[in-house]
Amino acid sequence: MKQATEREQLTRTDELPIVLTEEARKFTEEVIRRSGERVDWCYQCGKCTAGCPVAFAMDIEPSRIMRLVQLGQGERVLKSKAIWLCVGCQTCTTRCPQEIDPAKVMDTLREMALEKEFAADKEVVTFFRSFLDNIQRYGRVFEPTLVLQYNLRSGHLLQDADKGPLMLFKGKLPLRPSRNGAIVRKIFDALGGRRQ
Amino acid sequence: MARIGVFICHCGENIARTVDVAKVRDALAKHPGVVHAVDYRYMCSAPGQELIRNAIVEKKLTGVVVAACSPHMHEPTFRKACAAVGLNPYLCEMANIREHCSWVHSDREKATEKAIELVRFLVEKVKRNRPLEPIRVPVTKRALVVGGGIAGIQAALDIANGGYEVILVERQPSIGGHMAQLSETFPTLDCSQCILTPKMVEVRQHPNIKLLTYSEVEDVKGYVGNFEVTIRKKARYVNEEVCTGCGACIQRCPQKRIPSEFDRGLGRRTAIYIPFPQAVPNIPVIDREHCAYFRRGGCRLCEKECPRGAIDFNQQDQLLTEKVGAIVLATGYDLIPSDIYSEYGGGRYRDVIDGLQFERLLSASGPTNGEVLRPSDGKEVKSVVFISCVGSRDRAKGIPYCSKICCMYVAKHAILFKHKVHDGQAFVFYMDVRAAGKGYEEFVRRAVEEEGVVYLRGRVSKIYQQDGKLIVRGVDTLSGMPVEIPADLVVLATAIRASDGIVELAQKLGVPVDEHGFLSEAHPKLRPVETQVAGVFLAGACQAPKDIPDTVAQASGAASKVLSMFAQDAIEREPTIAKVNEQTCVGCFECQRACPYRAIERKEIRDRQGNLIKVVAYVNPGLCAGCGACTVACRNHSVDLEGFAEEQMFAELSAITAA
Repeated sequence: MKQATEREQLTRTDELPIVLTEEARKFTEEVIRRSGERVDWCYQCGKCTAGCPVAFAMDIEPSRIMRLVQLGQGERVLKSKAIWLCVGCQTCTTRCPQEIDPAKVMDTLREMALEKEFAADKEVVTFFRSFLDNIQRYGRVFEPTLVLQYNLRSGHLLQDADKGPLMLFKGKLPLRPSRNGAIVRKIFDALGGRRQ
Repeated sequence: MARIGVFICHCGENIARTVDVAKVRDALAKHPGVVHAVDYRYMCSAPGQELIRNAIVEKKLTGVVVAACSPHMHEPTFRKACAAVGLNPYLCEMANIREHCSWVHSDREKATEKAIELVRFLVEKVKRNRPLEPIRVPVTKRALVVGGGIAGIQAALDIANGGYEVILVERQPSIGGHMAQLSETFPTLDCSQCILTPKMVEVRQHPNIKLLTYSEVEDVKGYVGNFEVTIRKKARYVNEEVCTGCGACIQRCPQKRIPSEFDRGLGRRTAIYIPFPQAVPNIPVIDREHCAYFRRGGCRLCEKECPRGAIDFNQQDQLLTEKVGAIVLATGYDLIPSDIYSEYGGGRYRDVIDGLQFERLLSASGPTNGEVLRPSDGKEVKSVVFISCVGSRDRAKGIPYCSKICCMYVAKHAILFKHKVHDGQAFVFYMDVRAAGKGYEEFVRRAVEEEGVVYLRGRVSKIYQQDGKLIVRGVDTLSGMPVEIPADLVVLATAIRASDGIVELAQKLGVPVDEHGFLSEAHPKLRPVETQVAGVFLAGACQAPKDIPDTVAQASGAASKVLSMFAQDAIEREPTIAKVNEQTCVGCFECQRACPYRAIERKEIRDRQGNLIKVVAYVNPGLCAGCGACTVACRNHSVDLEGFAEEQMFAELSAITAA
């Protein structure tokens, strides 16, 4: 229901129009520069949206995200939930006839949203943070601490706790973390650490 | 006594499956007048035709009926077979027992009955057929080309290079048409003038081309191979024989602020002028309406200035009569007025212009020497909005068709603008981008991907002035957002329509015009350069909106039609046309009113002393198409159709009713 209203809003013509000036173009150019992807080449065929497994849950579909970037609609894009719902499966990237990498563009948009503290979906951000912390520390995902950390940070203390024993029983939860943590830490360091 | 042969075809299984062919043969063998009836698996095959030829000779046949497929399919085949052994081809008829019988019926017994009847009534008709000879119409091997744009130029050059004389008539003072106004051409960005002017000069210098500029076709009489054309050569008030085109008169003319038609009002010209520097012929013309001498006497400065004494204020329009065998219509297009949508401000704001005006702004020889400056204040344009489909595809405005070239020239305009104003921004509002052509889609993508033109899918709702800018409000349906652009200049891609005056010319020729004023081709696919009127051909945008490559291709197509006509000394036409019985015709001319081809003429019957006895109708065999409208209109049955005479038709009908 909420999604419907947001989509409705997009096609309402009584709202303030996008004013296409040089200012608007700056955002487009920033996204192109930072992602290295020619978002301005997108000709709106819609193939990314058609194949996107999470488009059904998005407030703004991938192809429309691309369009809004073309029109310099920074705030609208960076405040969207869609960029956080993107799971990075890269179906869009594989299929794009203009050889654009929308998944990479989504990544850039998430970075820009974090910088501007626009992140619309706090839980997804919390999960991403916990995930990256986990990788940085252990070298690869160590599920028990990841779940713990995410649940603590998000406040959903008992979320999925009931699934623990069964996963443990089936051998899906490792008891000891990976031993290549030091190597991965070097990669993080080489990339200049990680912004928190 | 008639000796008719009947030949029944099985068409493999096509006929034989549903029709009992042997039964048809036996039934027809008993029919009065039939002396020979056979059936064969494939009558159109070589042995099948041999069967017919042998029978004609051996049985001394006076008529042949082939019961097989549609005459559209094989009538020429069987008539040729008959002619080969000396039987007049018009004594051979086909009964269609395939499309009209076996293919559409399933009941074998009834289909067989129907087949017998179909063949029977053709036999009755053939008994009454008369030998006919094809009509031969002599051809005047000279062509008239109407319109001196790229279509007319191409057609004229092709015909002239084929070795035949051409008269090229152009109503403007110079040839070149709209192509001469263009800056560069899509998708290769060739300079339009650079590729056009050599052709214009070639026309002027070609020994086979008689160029008549500032002239119009006044009247056309006659028919294929034998047209008589009256051309009005408008007074230039400059003697073409004497003028050298030095331009001294133009320099001297005091009337310097007349809006130039060639620059579409963005530039100025004098009262004595040549439309553009590369004009062909390079001879000025005096515009009577603005000339000080014609308006109130006096002035005559050009006359005093001319070193050759070429100015002639007493010149009169001349009427020339020319005989030609073929006519190519290449009258081109115009743009609709740009005020079609009042909310766009076309005609109200000076900085809202049309596509051809923008061409003039881009052109190095244009009013701004190729700089993109605002018409209102001469300020450099930094932001420009192009709007496609202005009028086109708008059923409510009576223009449901696509103007075809706008998508491409809008992309070209945006690219050329970016080439001239590097820090400028170009926007395009579109409904669809139609770029079907060699290198066209790539060209449009180049505008977006390399030149950074912003394409917005949607319509503009209104344009208004604010703080020295034009505020363009519209929608981008891809993002679902209304958009607003502060622009310096707005260019409307207004719809294309056929040139003024074309309907009147078409009426003189009898060429049909479609609901939108474009000239109609004879067949939309298979006869795209011919018209319904034999000997009249089409080239370019007078038939439908067309870009330069398509126009040139069609012009060469029309020229090749003319050339293949001229390659013969006479044109053969089917003899199945109307014929008047002069004994009974009372000269009421009801037939003349009924005839859609204007083939009925008046013929005077005189006695030996030369006294007029009466006036009767005469069918011009060059024009008659054998439609039969006159035979129905005639009150006392004095007109009849050769090959489809009333006697023959009634014989067919009574054969049905008798059965």
